Amino acid sequence: MKYIMVIYQGSALERQAALTEEEQKQVYADYQGINETPGVTPMPPMGLPENATTVRVEGGRTLTTDGPFVGMKEAVGGLFILEADDIDAAIEVASRVPAARYGGAVEIRPSEVHW
Amino acid sequence: MTLDEVFREEWGRVLATLIGVLGDFDLAEDAAQEAFAIAADHWPRDGVPTNPRAWLMTTARNRATDRIRRDRALATKAGLLVTDRPVEVPMNTSAFPDERLELIFTCCHPALALGAQVALTLRTLGGLTTDEIARAFLIPERTLAQRLVRAKRKIKAAGIPFRVPPDHLLRERLDAVLAVVYLIFNEGYGGRDELAAEAIWLGRALTELLPDDPEVRGLLAMMLLHDSRRETRFSDGELVLLGDQDRSRWNTTQIAGGRAEFDRAIALGGRGPYVLQAAIASLHAETPCDWAQIAALYGELTHLTASPVVELNRAIAVAETEGPEAGLRIVDRLGLDDFRYLHSTKAELLRRLGRTDEARDAYRRARELTDDGAERRFLERRLTELAGTTGLGSDPAATQ
Repeated sequence: MKYIMVIYQGSALERQAALTEEEQKQVYADYQGINETPGVTPMPPMGLPENATTVRVEGGRTLTTDGPFVGMKEAVGGLFILEADDIDAAIEVASRVPAARYGGAVEIRPSEVHW
Repeated sequence: MTLDEVFREEWGRVLATLIGVLGDFDLAEDAAQEAFAIAADHWPRDGVPTNPRAWLMTTARNRATDRIRRDRALATKAGLLVTDRPVEVPMNTSAFPDERLELIFTCCHPALALGAQVALTLRTLGGLTTDEIARAFLIPERTLAQRLVRAKRKIKAAGIPFRVPPDHLLRERLDAVLAVVYLIFNEGYGGRDELAAEAIWLGRALTELLPDDPEVRGLLAMMLLHDSRRETRFSDGELVLLGDQDRSRWNTTQIAGGRAEFDRAIALGGRGPYVLQAAIASLHAETPCDWAQIAALYGELTHLTASPVVELNRAIAVAETEGPEAGLRIVDRLGLDDFRYLHSTKAELLRRLGRTDEARDAYRRARELTDDGAERRFLERRLTELAGTTGLGSDPAATQ
């Protein structure tokens, strides 16, 4: 199964900023560990939602707005692709993503064609 | 065994095996349904085959093979290439593995919504029809059917595995399964008997599948012990409290069965939440009730679950042994402001203390939070009784 793992930072970035240097190193190491997990294809690092630009087209007019489509707190913070046997394996990897334990979350989306 | 009983016994097993072989819930369910329909047509005429399970499995497998062949022919015509599935469904027809455990773990997977877990478990393991499940949960059949379709789609799309979880996940996942069965039982406890019976049936099946787990035994024991009082919990549709129930009408066979399961759980070294609740239910069935012991067990349960609802139950037991004031002190420490039983418990304790005005306020708050039905009528009766009471200590119940 191919899963697209969507990371939401929620309050994780703020909470991580308040960690000791030692703990912050652990967070980096954990992300590194995720990237090196068999089956994981990392994506290029995703910038902050503040720097996002959202484009919509209404009645043929292109509307460009500053910021993410949803609120800053709900914005996607990162992505990676995971090839795994089943959802239990995906849940295991998701639970190792630091954002998940610092107030953010990881959403597991099976890769599928639904259109 | 009647035809219904055979169907009842075999449905979950046949379906589980088919899902294991086919790897597809819908295909398996359709095939099983067809096989059972053919059996319902043939068996009354030709007699029940010597091995009904083998008959059902073989028939269902043949139906599934036909279906796959048809789908493939259709796909070929449409120019689609289908290569992921063999036409012949392989199946050893002399020995069928019992894969009901795999099935229940799939149905109760945490990636599915709780409502979907319940509906799937009742449909697949319990063999209830969508119509029966919808009626039991008082929701439209269409809603329930959609819920099942969505759940089955997610199982396939998200890769929810069909297996007994590995050791490091087993405890947590088994607890989820037990929670689903308990939820079904609780839904039934409010008077929908068929759900209570269904939950007990599922609990029994689980003890067959996992004979050495004390919590599985504890859950079954607790359900049997609670259910033994079902006949006396209502009188003419009105709620009757434990102390006022006619003990001679309690189901002694179920009590004995529940206690036997409880003893086995203890022998297996059980001291988990369900075993503790079974211990409490067992003590409730004794005369006189050992309230001190019940209070201690609730204390232990609070320690395990950190649940304020458990703490509320402890307050009731404490009130019985140490008096209403001691119980009230615990109740007043709990949050639970939107929980109707907090207010009805508080009201009852205040009533016993003769603090009529406060009792009335608490009963009113409980009534606000309670839907129409026997529980609400019970609160109304208490309020009417209180209207005829004035001053302190006029209630004989205040002096136990």
